Amino acid sequence: MRGIQHHLTDLEARGIRVAAISVDPPEASRNLRAKRGYTYTFLSDPDAAVITRYDLLHLKAGPSEQDVARPAEFLLDPGGTVRWVNLTESYWIRATPEQLLQATNALH
Amino acid sequence: MATDAKPGWNWLLWAGFVLSVIAFLSYFAFFVEFPSTRNFPWANLLLFAIAAGLLAAGIRRAFRRPQSYRGKIFGPILAGLSTLILGFFVFAIFVAARHLPSSAAAPRVGARAPDFTLTDSDNRPVSLANLLTGPVGGAAPKGVMLVFYRGYW
Repeated sequence: MRGIQHHLTDLEARGIRVAAISVDPPEASRNLRAKRGYTYTFLSDPDAAVITRYDLLHLKAGPSEQDVARPAEFLLDPGGTVRWVNLTESYWIRATPEQLLQATNALH
Repeated sequence: MATDAKPGWNWLLWAGFVLSVIAFLSYFAFFVEFPSTRNFPWANLLLFAIAAGLLAAGIRRAFRRPQSYRGKIFGPILAGLSTLILGFFVFAIFVAARHLPSSAAAPRVGARAPDFTLTDSDNRPVSLANLLTGPVGGAAPKGVMLVFYRGYW
């Protein structure tokens, strides 16, 4: 998440909008954005409806066994078609900002 | 008389143990923030290796020069605890974290991303259509990166 912020200028220069999605309520996202200085969009899916629709629900994986999203990244073209997907095999391993920038080449 | 001198404090053992604890905690508190130290925890494994070296040196001198250094009993205990910490670290990073759902039905390349409307951090509704059409840097967006994350930070 921090890596994305560090490379947000590069991503936006390529015309890419970033939106982060989790079960966190808006207040939690507001606090996180303020604390870490994140300026991209954070969306709240508290009942995990969208996370379920994207088949990313990780049951009872939260700190108190809440259902959460498994980490994943999708790059969509302006028509809403998926052009690149990253479903990590470990939740400590996320796409690097370099990989995200590389992925934007799939749009051209 | 030399025989009355008490064995000295074996700081290598304590340094090794404390470093093992730091090697464990620093991943979650610090190194996880940077892709280069998060995706593979080489910095933490390096700290564990240094800790093992300190503990080995401390135990060695406790057994070779017991008249000078303490630690024949608690040295192996600290080394055992450090090994447990390392084992837990390896389990947490390389085993437990890989128990993820298969997400076999997640949208694939070429598929249409399912539409949604969610609330942003200012409590405003935002749809996927809004994300796909709202300007980025004054121009129509060329793409949208959706980043799903676990939350509860």
